[in-house]
Amino acid sequence: MIQFTKHVLSNGLPLIVHEDPSTPLATVNLLYKVGARDEDPSRTGFAHLFEHLMFGGSVNIPEYDGPLQIAGGDNNAFTNNDITNYYCTLPANNLETAFWLESDRMLSLAFSEKSLEVQRQVVIEEFKQRYLNQPYGDVWLLLRPLAYKNHPYQWATIGKEVAHIEQATLEDVREFFYRYYAPDNAILVVAGGVKKDDVLPLAEKWFGSIKRSMGERHPYPSEPEQQEARELTVHRDIPFDSIYIAYHACARTDAEFYATDLMTDVLSRGKSSRLYNQLVKEKKLFSDISAYLTGDFDKGLVVVEGKLIKGIAMDEAENAIYQELQRIADELVSESELDRAKNKVESTIEFSETDLSGRALALAIADYMGDANLANTEMKLYAAVKREDILHAAKSVFRKENSSVLHYLSMN
Amino acid sequence: MTQLLQPNRTTTPDSKPVRNLSVQEAESSRLSNGVAVYSVNAGFQDLVRIEFLFENKSFSLAQPLVSSTANRLITEGTSRHSALEIAQLVDDYGAFLETEESSDACSIVLYTLNKHLAKTLPVVREVLTEAAYPASELQVYVSKQQQRLVVENERVNSIARRKFNQLLFGNQHPYGYFVQPDDYGKLESTLLSAYHRQHYTAENCTILVAGKVYPTTFELLEQNFGDNGWMSTSTEHGEMGAITAVADRQHYIHKDGALQSAIRIGRPMITREHADYPGLAVLNTVLGGYFGSRLMSNIREDKGYTYGIGSAMVSLKQAGYFFISTEVGADVTAAALEEIYKEIELLRHELIGEEELQMVRNYMLGSFLKGIDGPFALLDRFKSLFLSGLDYSYYRNYLHTLETIGPEEMRDLARKYYDRADLYELVVGVK
Repeated sequence: MIQFTKHVLSNGLPLIVHEDPSTPLATVNLLYKVGARDEDPSRTGFAHLFEHLMFGGSVNIPEYDGPLQIAGGDNNAFTNNDITNYYCTLPANNLETAFWLESDRMLSLAFSEKSLEVQRQVVIEEFKQRYLNQPYGDVWLLLRPLAYKNHPYQWATIGKEVAHIEQATLEDVREFFYRYYAPDNAILVVAGGVKKDDVLPLAEKWFGSIKRSMGERHPYPSEPEQQEARELTVHRDIPFDSIYIAYHACARTDAEFYATDLMTDVLSRGKSSRLYNQLVKEKKLFSDISAYLTGDFDKGLVVVEGKLIKGIAMDEAENAIYQELQRIADELVSESELDRAKNKVESTIEFSETDLSGRALALAIADYMGDANLANTEMKLYAAVKREDILHAAKSVFRKENSSVLHYLSMN
Repeated sequence: MTQLLQPNRTTTPDSKPVRNLSVQEAESSRLSNGVAVYSVNAGFQDLVRIEFLFENKSFSLAQPLVSSTANRLITEGTSRHSALEIAQLVDDYGAFLETEESSDACSIVLYTLNKHLAKTLPVVREVLTEAAYPASELQVYVSKQQQRLVVENERVNSIARRKFNQLLFGNQHPYGYFVQPDDYGKLESTLLSAYHRQHYTAENCTILVAGKVYPTTFELLEQNFGDNGWMSTSTEHGEMGAITAVADRQHYIHKDGALQSAIRIGRPMITREHADYPGLAVLNTVLGGYFGSRLMSNIREDKGYTYGIGSAMVSLKQAGYFFISTEVGADVTAAALEEIYKEIELLRHELIGEEELQMVRNYMLGSFLKGIDGPFALLDRFKSLFLSGLDYSYYRNYLHTLETIGPEEMRDLARKYYDRADLYELVVGVK
């Protein structure tokens, strides 16, 4: 149970405070409701590049990291298709330093040419390190455009191609900033050894006068219902064949999210799960296999991915996957399988809450989903799932015409 | 009132130094059969992490993977239950039973909500004393691991990490041994069982408990692990092998078509017991131990050669090492190397400014504070002392060094330990 209070500033910035008197630390988590899905299809990778630029100095502060380190703090950030999230942790009695830094970069950036130039290069190296110079690194660059034809989830957070990052200009940076980096497009969570009565005046002081967003937000292009199965085969210089099957599924905020999530857990979570026992242990077709729901804010994917044992034919391995997916769509899972999946979710949530920054992020995401208290009530939603709900989720997801299959084969 | 709330954005708010750092120490007790239990009772979630730690006592070149494999497969079936049944016994309660392997020790770690502790501990007891290593499970494991290793050998960073350790410690010792796919093929069930009998005994076990700890926690541990039924039957132990660094300092492994080169530069280094260690930890932080470090500021934030660069010190039981590691664009490999050496030389020849040193001090104190927040972090602090054979006075000494070390002392440490002639250099990729 994460206790919290919520207050919305007059400029639209929600402030959530979670007091934990047992820690001398404080975490400030600032979530901006902007991600790769907000990008122009011809300028992808921008939200993530922008995250890097947020550390290149703001209007009154030449450098973000130095003052935070002097205050004994540490920080990081991540971007995904839906959100960009910044968080820092520091000794609680230095909390105001975090307010000073975070509010100044919400107020305005320095827009430095040098910072843009260097971070473009850093992000290009990140592109190479994580996506191009890694075996199986480009899978999501291929799978996304196969599964999505209209929705911006068709590109990865890093971007479609290196060229898009190379072309980014300071003008693009400015435009993006004023549209998305504003109090009414963010969620502020302060957690740890703090008192809400101290935090609220600090929030008013540092964030209260920042203006609302100038830009308009447009609805995202929706993905039309997939009508027929898609397939892509590529050959790469990799040692083992692998297969990725993506099915369109629900969004993070849909009612069927919980049943669909538990359904993928029955399939592949832990060593007692179905895919692992049937396909890795019994039939010895795969060295690794997993199934998961992406949990995106718009309609996401259920992905089944596996790496084949050398010498096994793709057909045989692929059909064995379909057999298992068919089984969970045809027959009710057992009571014990469902209980097991629920118990795993319960302990995962409990263990994740031992971490202060984990609690802060959970509150921010729940608030973006519509209610910060979901961070506390989601377990009940999981607990309410019945075997029939799992069956229904599997039936609606695992349809041939709803699938996009990537055969990622070894050239050797 | 509103007047008071106008922020001054051009001046840094006052920050207070971190003071009065006190570490909640682990409490020690023993089961009736002598097994030591160290526990940290903290946090408010009603859960617990219990680690069963066993020191590695032997290493054989003929069977280099026997200790790690015996540990990895300990949950894959016993004389009473199949691997699937064991997994179900744990998963039924939403618990996690994980294995951890290092060159010094292997662990079985249970994560569970306290309400399921009584049901999950007997499963741990069963695998510790009755693991059966079925041949079929071994076969699945071997083919999986061989495939993983082949994939790892495609990654410049992974090759660099493993090759670098081999340069520093040689192939005769687990710290340096470079695992080959064939090594997996040599494993046999009977060897694993023999290793299991010899190493997973009460005498060689230490129990580390973190979370919400009750008197019943100890009662359950006593009930499941306090008997004499799993005492050792033999006193024989093998040898760990000899550490021998290679003589050549410069090494290059070419990888056709690599877009990035992995770079490792470093050397064998003193361990935590040595008086210079805390000071070197500060020096390492200045060089590459945090985001504002010299290496990061120059090679990422100024030149954009890499997504990340860092340096670290590792203190193992029998040896230590220091290394810088990064992946850089293949076309800037030479330029990056030059900048790395330049930063090292600067530390040896110029004094660190007081402002930078103060920032590093504060940053490290803040990190230390994070490192003692919550039950798991607190127990991890104890564990690293325990594995090095040190006590909590180490942290008092560390904090004292952190607060008092000056620029001259730092330069002297750099001269003593960062001599280029002592540094090994490895590049994997395209030079």
